[in-house]
Amino acid sequence: MYVIGERINGMFENVKRAIQRKDAKVIQDLAKQQLTAGATALDVNVGPAAADAEGAMLWLAEAIRGVTDAPLSIDTAKWDVMCAVVSKIPGAKILNSSKADPEIARQYVALAVEYGAALIGLTIDSGGVPGNAEKRVELGAQFITIAMEGGLAMDKLFIDPIILPVNVAPQNPAHCMQAIAQLRLFADPAPHLLIGLSNVSQRCSNRSLINRAYLAMAMAQGMDGAIMDPLDEELMNTAITADLLNGKIIYCDSYLEAARHV
Amino acid sequence: MTTRVPDTSEKWGSAVNTVVIGATAEQGGTRTSTITIGGAATLPFLSFEDSIGHRPAIAGEVWDSGADTWPETLKAYGDTMASPGAWAKKAVEFGAQLICLRLAGAHPDSGDRSAEQCAAAVKEVLSAVGVPLIIWGCGVDEKDNDILPAVSAAAKGENCLIGTAREKNYRTLVAVCLADRHKLIAESPLDINIAKQVNILCSDAGFPLKDIVIYPTTSALGYGLEYVYSIQERGRLAGLRGDKLLAQPVICDVGFEAWRVKEAKGPTFDSVTDENRLRWGPMWEAATATVLLQAGAELLIMRHPDAIREVTKALDRFTTTTKA
Repeated sequence: MYVIGERINGMFENVKRAIQRKDAKVIQDLAKQQLTAGATALDVNVGPAAADAEGAMLWLAEAIRGVTDAPLSIDTAKWDVMCAVVSKIPGAKILNSSKADPEIARQYVALAVEYGAALIGLTIDSGGVPGNAEKRVELGAQFITIAMEGGLAMDKLFIDPIILPVNVAPQNPAHCMQAIAQLRLFADPAPHLLIGLSNVSQRCSNRSLINRAYLAMAMAQGMDGAIMDPLDEELMNTAITADLLNGKIIYCDSYLEAARHV
Repeated sequence: MTTRVPDTSEKWGSAVNTVVIGATAEQGGTRTSTITIGGAATLPFLSFEDSIGHRPAIAGEVWDSGADTWPETLKAYGDTMASPGAWAKKAVEFGAQLICLRLAGAHPDSGDRSAEQCAAAVKEVLSAVGVPLIIWGCGVDEKDNDILPAVSAAAKGENCLIGTAREKNYRTLVAVCLADRHKLIAESPLDINIAKQVNILCSDAGFPLKDIVIYPTTSALGYGLEYVYSIQERGRLAGLRGDKLLAQPVICDVGFEAWRVKEAKGPTFDSVTDENRLRWGPMWEAATATVLLQAGAELLIMRHPDAIREVTKALDRFTTTTKA
């Protein structure tokens, strides 16, 4: 399971304050905690509050690079911010993210290839978030084709079918699972299939339980990546156990500990 | 018009650990040579795919006492079998690159030799030969916990490989191997789940995973070898895919297992008139070893000089690098 830690995001109060006060230690501690807990990569999002998105992104990346070389998921919806920061952030990167409209996707694929970065491709276009599985599959397949044409290897492509909160879009979790099951068959090797897990439980009660249950269900369909909270220990245990039940790791009595063993 | 054949070679992304056994004078020991095993980044001998790592090594099996129980066919070692030092020398002459001293005489049912006697046997072998040493206990938990600390101390600094640590009995051996800086054999009973578990137990007890060689249990041709093969192969596939708890090199107890079976140890069966009957044993041992090499064995403990010679020749062929 490819876990991208979600905690370095300006939407969280502690991160927002750290950005404002340039308190690198808060960010570095969050980076280390998430990696220790089993994250493979770290999402970096300056949040809506930062006036200078580019400057804040570079400051966050520099702070994190002070403690780890783990891949950074540069999380911004703004093309100009992405372009401005990608060359200035050293080490492995994931561009998070591109929409599936061909002209937009081609630009992002080219940028990812130029910098040896991975790319998250959303199954969303100018028509918005699809209301069914079929449109997600269509947009995902379109993205896969554009990535192949642009020379982006499938192991560097993450297709994200866009999960919406279950309280406002009750059929959406099922649509995403259907899309994941179909999209993994579109290429061999398959691209990664990823969701922003916590979104499924926005403004719900039992958030952690909903996240956990959905993680296991989506992994059963072939999801192999998630932007999620690695500091939720039970959630990480669920991810490891789902990998076990999918035959991805070998059982031993201490398999939870073994999976965390580096 | 030409059609390009697609590249179907596997890319694994991880590799088997590398383990060095033995220490020369500069390294704080008295060995004249050391042995490095492991390092393969692909399945055995697929040199067209990636690095096949270090050449697997052959250890000659020597007992501290009790060799009178060995079958007649194995008496190529002659009178030397009365003393572990002389026996070890003979095994090196026969092509062994290490010596595996099995403390069979310490077993409560076959001599019950003391910790001091075992330590003396270790010292005798260390002074008789310059090759690295593997030391294998008698397999009885309580007795091993009594003799192995003394044995380990007697070989301190020699960077031996000592076994075996098992799921229910590993703490003593882990502690002494750490203290005296030896490598460790982690044993599991033909069970990949337990192989992984023993490694994590040893690791939790403070022993570095990179210094472990695993013994997933061996059996002989015709006696479950295919099961052994599949267990070793599954472990190796997991290791190559990045499971750090299954990335250890593998040791196989070939001679011991091959020479337990009736086809190998004979006497001549009444119904068998094959004039090569005496060759069956070495052939059985060599065939068992060759199969296990293909399953990923890095270290073979062997007995018969002819079998050692044949497997050495096979290894010459397997390790000749061919570029596709």
